[in-house]
Amino acid sequence: MIKGRIDKIAGPLVVADGMKDARMFDLVYVSDYALIGEIIELKGDRASIQVYEETGGLKPGDPVVATGEPLSVELGPGLLTAIYDGIQRSLDKIREEAGDWITRGISIRGLDHKKEWDFKPAANTGMQVSGGEILGEVPETEVIVHKVMVPPGVEGEITWMIDEGKYNIDTIIARVKEPSGGIRELCMYHNWPVRKPRPVAEKRAPAEPLITGQRVIDAFFPLGKGGTACVPGPFGSGKTVIQHQLAKWADAEIVVYVGCGERGNEMTDVLQEFPELEDPKSGKPLILRTVLVANTSNMPVAAREASVYTGITIGEYFRDMGYSVALMADSTSRWAEAMREMSGRLEEMPGEEGYPAYLGTRIAEFYERAGNVRCIGGDRNGALTVVGAVSPAGGDLSDPVVQATLRVVKVFWSLEAKLAYARHFPAIGWLDSYSLYTENLKEYCNRELGDEWVLMMKQAMALLQREANLQEIARLVGAESLSPEDQLILYTARSLREDFLHQNAFHEIDTYTSITKQKTMMEVIMHCHSEMEKALLAGVSPRELFNLPLKEEITRMRYIHEDSISDISAIKEHVTLQINGLIEKEQTA
Amino acid sequence: MIREYTTTVEISGPLMLVDSVEGVAYEELVEIELPNGEIRHGKVLEIDSRMALVQLFEGSSGTDISRSKVRFLGKQVELGVSEEMLGRVFDGQGRPRAPFDTAPPIVPEKMVNINGAPINPYARDYPAEFIQTGFSSIDGINTLVRGQKLPIFSGNGLPHAIVAAQIARQARVRGSEENFAVVFAAMGITFEEADYFIRDFRSTGAMDRAVVFMNLADDPAIERISTPRMALTAAEYLAYEKDMHILVIMTDMTNYCDALREIAAARKEVPGRRGYPGYLYTDLASIYERAGRIKGRKGSITQIPILTMPEDDKTHPIPDLTGYITEGQLILSRELHKKGIYPPMDVMESLSRLKDKGIGEGKTRGDHADLFNQLMAAYSAGKDARELAVILGAAALSPLDQKYLRFAEEYEKRYISQGDHENRDIDETLDLGWELLKLLPREEMKRIDPKRLDKYWPVNDGKKEEAS
Repeated sequence: MIKGRIDKIAGPLVVADGMKDARMFDLVYVSDYALIGEIIELKGDRASIQVYEETGGLKPGDPVVATGEPLSVELGPGLLTAIYDGIQRSLDKIREEAGDWITRGISIRGLDHKKEWDFKPAANTGMQVSGGEILGEVPETEVIVHKVMVPPGVEGEITWMIDEGKYNIDTIIARVKEPSGGIRELCMYHNWPVRKPRPVAEKRAPAEPLITGQRVIDAFFPLGKGGTACVPGPFGSGKTVIQHQLAKWADAEIVVYVGCGERGNEMTDVLQEFPELEDPKSGKPLILRTVLVANTSNMPVAAREASVYTGITIGEYFRDMGYSVALMADSTSRWAEAMREMSGRLEEMPGEEGYPAYLGTRIAEFYERAGNVRCIGGDRNGALTVVGAVSPAGGDLSDPVVQATLRVVKVFWSLEAKLAYARHFPAIGWLDSYSLYTENLKEYCNRELGDEWVLMMKQAMALLQREANLQEIARLVGAESLSPEDQLILYTARSLREDFLHQNAFHEIDTYTSITKQKTMMEVIMHCHSEMEKALLAGVSPRELFNLPLKEEITRMRYIHEDSISDISAIKEHVTLQINGLIEKEQTA
Repeated sequence: MIREYTTTVEISGPLMLVDSVEGVAYEELVEIELPNGEIRHGKVLEIDSRMALVQLFEGSSGTDISRSKVRFLGKQVELGVSEEMLGRVFDGQGRPRAPFDTAPPIVPEKMVNINGAPINPYARDYPAEFIQTGFSSIDGINTLVRGQKLPIFSGNGLPHAIVAAQIARQARVRGSEENFAVVFAAMGITFEEADYFIRDFRSTGAMDRAVVFMNLADDPAIERISTPRMALTAAEYLAYEKDMHILVIMTDMTNYCDALREIAAARKEVPGRRGYPGYLYTDLASIYERAGRIKGRKGSITQIPILTMPEDDKTHPIPDLTGYITEGQLILSRELHKKGIYPPMDVMESLSRLKDKGIGEGKTRGDHADLFNQLMAAYSAGKDARELAVILGAAALSPLDQKYLRFAEEYEKRYISQGDHENRDIDETLDLGWELLKLLPREEMKRIDPKRLDKYWPVNDGKKEEAS
């Protein structure tokens, strides 16, 4: 253990002397309060330390102790349903210990070491194992089976395996004889440094969509399982609602939600809502498959920097078990700002807008930890999907964080203030957003949804693009002076916007739309469009067409329950019937 | 242990560098005795084994290098709190502020560090109780709830002070006469503005239930950094220890941020946007996030920070970062102000994020949410029609658009606009909404549940009109 002394204190940055043998990113305890910090720069025997707690009252000369270990998280049963701060301290335990306010120097381990779990072995004595191989299973919550794995880097022959039973996570469950001859004792958890990606056997391109139940996303800008997406937008454009919607409805088995430097009340909302919300698949509370990391904006800035790493390491761990994991980080801008603050205190040469020059590298490294993978230690596939919210200054997309993020992510959901003011939610702009997964997912879509899906979406998007151009003209000359065909385009595009893209996150049924329902809804709208095209050719006036009562039925589609999708398909017939009525009337006239 | 030094080596702007200090702690409170016996205060901003960098609250004029004595007081900046604070006016350091308050200092029940500690998100309770402000544009559209932080974004020359004073006067939780008090923090505002608030509080009797912290435009700028923290410390004491519901009004946050920038510049820090320090977001969060409710505690803190947007620019770093932290914003519009509408609330751009959980049956009324949606949609359509009328002329509008245009006019004149002493009950506000909607054809009420529509607007009530 290396002991040094504080030489200088400036905000969350502490410089210590006498730290000659310390290593970069080692965890240190600062002063007699034992505040947790991390070494971020070494010069001679001076170490610059970012401290994860308030530094008020510290004095030069106070002791600094380096542990020789990097900042790590505990990975094992007990992660699910937990709510952590940025350095994996349970907020509920902190409350038990320190009361309603977070005070300093509280030391709490990430997992409950006393709780006993039902452990069922899945490996036998004599087996050769390596990192990632499954030693046993623990039913962690009602919906998730926790797979206890050999920690990466350990390999050898199992010389002893515990019997099925109830044990706490400190109990030795297996002994492995390593090739070197040493014996490794394994328990149900292990530590992993947060800044080091967990190894995988192979990375693959995402081939399956992450169904989110959000129509604008699934239909137009889909996200692949194991992919990356970003949601930049000004305040009030609904970033957080989208993140919450994804956390609630995305068809991932595990959700890791990182509230990074955001509002305290928002985290409270998640905390109060998730235990009550039902998972559409299992019917059990969502919280049973969720891990929350909350480092709100008023909590120490350095811990905010660590929170995204803590979150993604936990995500990778569940991915290694073979689960599909979705990680939401809200907001990565606050993480970048934390980096900027530390960089400023270190007096580094600033890059754009004061952000450190390594901003782009850090962001790229973070998103690169996502992926659709073959896991190590057995024949399992896992996926870790990452969705990051970005809060650009003034909503300006030239913001360095947005630009650095767009260089690495494959999906861009552009939130527009204009749409938010018009109360069009989700305010994802259809003209600027993109998804680079459409090609990868084509095969899946053709197989699962039929060839027409991709085609239909292309047509619908083309209509929306046409609308944007036509609106300019319509504004000048009035919509009625446009040709009937163009009027129809405006009509259908409006229907697409209001009846399909717009989705009410707070409506019981509208909040989630299955992919089958999405397809049926889209079919109705496009069917209506083609029938109307025919009617226009037959000489029916646009005015008559647009006033048909079918409009109301189409508006109500979204509120039709998932169990009665046939009611939606039935609308197609009503549409044909009503339009044919007009055509016949026109022909007899 | 008090340690006194005369080893100042440098004074620049609000900063003082003291050499050869020993055992000084980060953020420690400092007292500086000038040659003429005057006492100034400061705190340690940066410390290493030799030097302490001290930030002077009252500025550096009159201080000198060789004769000023610097004493380190062995504690951080604290505020003495007690229930006696109610009805008093303090300066930015917690001392009675003449000429508004000439009484002797209070006898504190205890001393509290003004920086506070972050509320554990796990201990928070979600704000859900409706606060009636008596403004239709707030209660009906951008509803405020207890424990929320909802800033007013204003501009120079707009009546934000009058709006804030009226909110302070009228704010109540419906049907309860609970322990309610206002904590008011003034940062860098003029004497006249401050005087307006104090007189308003005194004349309406609100002063007995108010604590005021005042740093005026000619007071030391650096003191502005501690003013809101003093105020919030007082608010936390009253809310969480004395079970009171506290409304904290802070004006003007722009002055606060400018003071922060001044210090950052004096320290030669790398500036962020518009010269503000890179940690402005974190710093503002440490103020705004002190609003809230805590499980198992009766009191609450609701914040209404006021800021003037330079050049009415919402993307300026101060409103921008504020908007990212607070739960919505009330925006005052110069356009409405010029039209003579008070309060000139831009209801389209304003937003209360916590509204949804604070309205509805048992809180305001069952029809509130539908009514809100319909009013917003109708006003938006009316504004579109107004734009169209500018291009095409009002006569060229369709009959329906003309109705919407009229609706928008009436909505601004009768719903948004009200007297500066007019206190509207929520029922009054909601009924007024229905009355205005009846200017439109009943078929246009698409956002209202049909059953509810029948209740508040029976079919035979309005006359049917052709919608085309």
